[in-house]
Amino acid sequence: MLTILFDGLAYGMLLFILAVGLCVTLGLMNFINLAHGAFAMAGGYVTALLMNRLGVSFYLCLPAAFLVCALIGVVLERTLYVRLYEKTHLEQVLFSIGLIFVAMASVDYFMGANPQNVILPAGLQGRIDLLGASVGIYRLFVIVICGLLAMGLQYALIHTRFGARLRAAVDDGRVARGMGIDVARIFTITFAIGSGLAGLGGALGTGILSIDPAFPLKYMILFLVVISVGGTSTITGPFFASILLGVADVTGKYFIPSIGGFIIYTIMVVVLILRPQGLFVRGGSK
Amino acid sequence: MSASHSAQDMQQTLLKQARWKWPEILFWLALASLYVLFPSKLSLLSEILILALLALSIDLVLGFAGIVTLGQGAFFGLGAYTAALMGKWGMGTAPLSDPLIGLIGAALVSGLVGFATSFLVLRGSDLTRLMVTLGVALMIEELANKLKWLTGGSDGLQGVLIAPILGNWDFDIFGKVSFVYCYVVVFVMFVIARQFMHAPFGLSLLAIKGNPLRARAIGLPVNERLVMVYTIAAMMAGVAGALLAQTTQFASLDMVAFHRSADALLILIFGGAGYLYGGFVGAFVFRVMQDVLGNITPQYWQFWLGIVLLLLVLFIRGGLLGLLRHLRDRYAPNLMGPPSSSRES
Amino acid sequence: MSIVLETKNLSKSFGGLKATDNVSFQLKAGARHALIGPNGAGKTTFVNLLSGVLQPSSGSIWLDGQDITNWTSRRRAISGLARTFQINQLFVDLTPLQTLMIAIAERQSSGAHLLHPVGSRKDHVEESVELLTRLGLADVMTQRVGSLPYGRQRLIEIALALAARPRVLLLDEPAAGVPESERGQILDVIDALPKDVALVLIEHDMDLVFRFAKSISVLVNGALFMEGTPSQIANDPRVRQVYLGEEEIAHV
Repeated sequence: MLTILFDGLAYGMLLFILAVGLCVTLGLMNFINLAHGAFAMAGGYVTALLMNRLGVSFYLCLPAAFLVCALIGVVLERTLYVRLYEKTHLEQVLFSIGLIFVAMASVDYFMGANPQNVILPAGLQGRIDLLGASVGIYRLFVIVICGLLAMGLQYALIHTRFGARLRAAVDDGRVARGMGIDVARIFTITFAIGSGLAGLGGALGTGILSIDPAFPLKYMILFLVVISVGGTSTITGPFFASILLGVADVTGKYFIPSIGGFIIYTIMVVVLILRPQGLFVRGGSK
Repeated sequence: MSASHSAQDMQQTLLKQARWKWPEILFWLALASLYVLFPSKLSLLSEILILALLALSIDLVLGFAGIVTLGQGAFFGLGAYTAALMGKWGMGTAPLSDPLIGLIGAALVSGLVGFATSFLVLRGSDLTRLMVTLGVALMIEELANKLKWLTGGSDGLQGVLIAPILGNWDFDIFGKVSFVYCYVVVFVMFVIARQFMHAPFGLSLLAIKGNPLRARAIGLPVNERLVMVYTIAAMMAGVAGALLAQTTQFASLDMVAFHRSADALLILIFGGAGYLYGGFVGAFVFRVMQDVLGNITPQYWQFWLGIVLLLLVLFIRGGLLGLLRHLRDRYAPNLMGPPSSSRES
Repeated sequence: MSIVLETKNLSKSFGGLKATDNVSFQLKAGARHALIGPNGAGKTTFVNLLSGVLQPSSGSIWLDGQDITNWTSRRRAISGLARTFQINQLFVDLTPLQTLMIAIAERQSSGAHLLHPVGSRKDHVEESVELLTRLGLADVMTQRVGSLPYGRQRLIEIALALAARPRVLLLDEPAAGVPESERGQILDVIDALPKDVALVLIEHDMDLVFRFAKSISVLVNGALFMEGTPSQIANDPRVRQVYLGEEEIAHV
């Protein structure tokens, strides 16, 4: 039982790192980038390529995936996404689905449709005993890394100058602009960090998630669930939402395998109806 | 100019919008002529008509009422399974296996579920609606997958037998009867949709889309109308699904899948929302492109579809028909009377 | 004369802010009443409460002796309470003619009709054309509302409210934002409004108020500050102070 909880926790933490960039950019610019999962996929492929073709260590692949994806993020944001902020949600959704298709087809064309396998370093294989439960070292590693990242993000958001500006911009873009905050610049940086984190998540998750061309579409739905449950005005909301979903999904599939994805879809619809602003959001300000 | 004279003129102006215009008549004649021109492509053509009907059902909800939906495929799938199950249980004999009764059954089931879920899209922003409709569609898809005893799960529903149409015309392997059947049913559905949208009902939907706050302030029952149009559209999508199940004598998870909602939405946006014909134009281009590019490699098709989507959003708002209208307003403003006021969303 | 619209101890708070503070207000049939007050006095909030856009925190609203506090805006609208908006709220993609056809169809409960095309009801078309002509919009009946000059759009605001054949009409700053050249037309239209319609004019512009109003309520900080005839209000030193105070701030 504890082992399952633990697996769910690892999955949820990973989900958070994957989705947090999407949530913050949505809150910041009211811009919905469904192609966010493509960045995570890119991170996974960067890792697979570096490790399998060039023999780079897994540990080095993680920052590499972050950097590559952050870079792609900046380029795309400056060239393409910037044209979409004034458009409707529907157009943004269509555009990002278009991007997903292009990304999926390109990856399929160059890398094939099969999932990428990586061999985790020896230090991450095997299991240890923790609190009486048998726990995979790799999953522990994922939890620790993601936990540190989450704490780092929260700290940065609360205690740094950039974080304060970001919060002001999310709270009320117009007022922030009036105060001389360069919201567009903040957005570019946030977008880059968010894309980088998604890439890092993709890299980190190569042992848990299946890295294949269908990745962006498969996880798009999960990301939407995280947004609908967690809201977009904080990062603690998406954090708890991710963990809740991770645990619900893993335990649900373990105990009632026949129910499949039903649990999370139900959670999503029910939350959307009862709390359109997200479950973990105080009040309803917008 | 006296006031009464002017009122008469205005009545004519209003009524003229609802009258059938030449390009429309030509369009339907051209569609019928495909039966003679491409006898080897009839099943593809039937499929295009079915897809167009699904896109038309989204047009009512999105193009007229302004409700964004990513879940119309669920109603399509419900209709398909209903018609297929009726065919199976009826074992090829009327009444259950009768195709027209099958259509009615599919419309009722889809309409019922559409009515029940319509209340979920009354509130919220575009984004909430996208997610709610997507969520409901995913739940229905998952349900179809899990209810193996009823739907056959991932193997699909086998043994679907459909009685001859009106007890007279049996479906043939060349798809001749199928095409005529689809053509007639889709045409009838189109005429109904067209009539509804040119009636006060359709105009009130445009008002809701334009400004729901004001619509309420002039006493327009916004929620009631939205429930109505959502239910009607669900019924139409159900009929489209039933057509596919009946003409292929099969129902599968593919018919409820998410990609069908997405495809249909893309088709509509591509063709142009709010014109009633957008779905038809979009379905043609989409399926023909898919046939040509998909034959080279499947990835090609997906790649170019993605590129087309990107260009569409960046450069041509309002889809192909929007582009046409724009060109017409610019170069030949008097060709087809005054520009209609129902523009893209 | 009989009272058509009444509020009893009406209040509305947003968080800690009292936007409407215990307002008890009465409107007689066919009245020409103005609601004035400095910026932020809560005039628009009060109108939104009356028309059902907002729900009050406490108190009640009565129309023709019926408690309508919990009615939707739609039900109020079809019961004879119409309003215009301070900022145009129109169907910009439709034509003025279509706009009025919608309003008239809803008034006649035929807005959900499915089969006969818009325009088949001759009486509806005639009424629309008559109303648009009366408001000087005959030449733009079939143009897109969004393409018309602002002043013309303000007139459509009023036409749309009149199409409901209201007994009470709330005009929220009807001339706001209208260029001087188009202003005269709007004043003429207000002048010619049917005498049996009780009019509440929410205004900032004192010229307009003193031209039309037979009675005036002054709203300050959400509360009813005083009521009286135009001459009483004009000569009241406290009202002057409220306004002069604001004037001074505005001039700094």
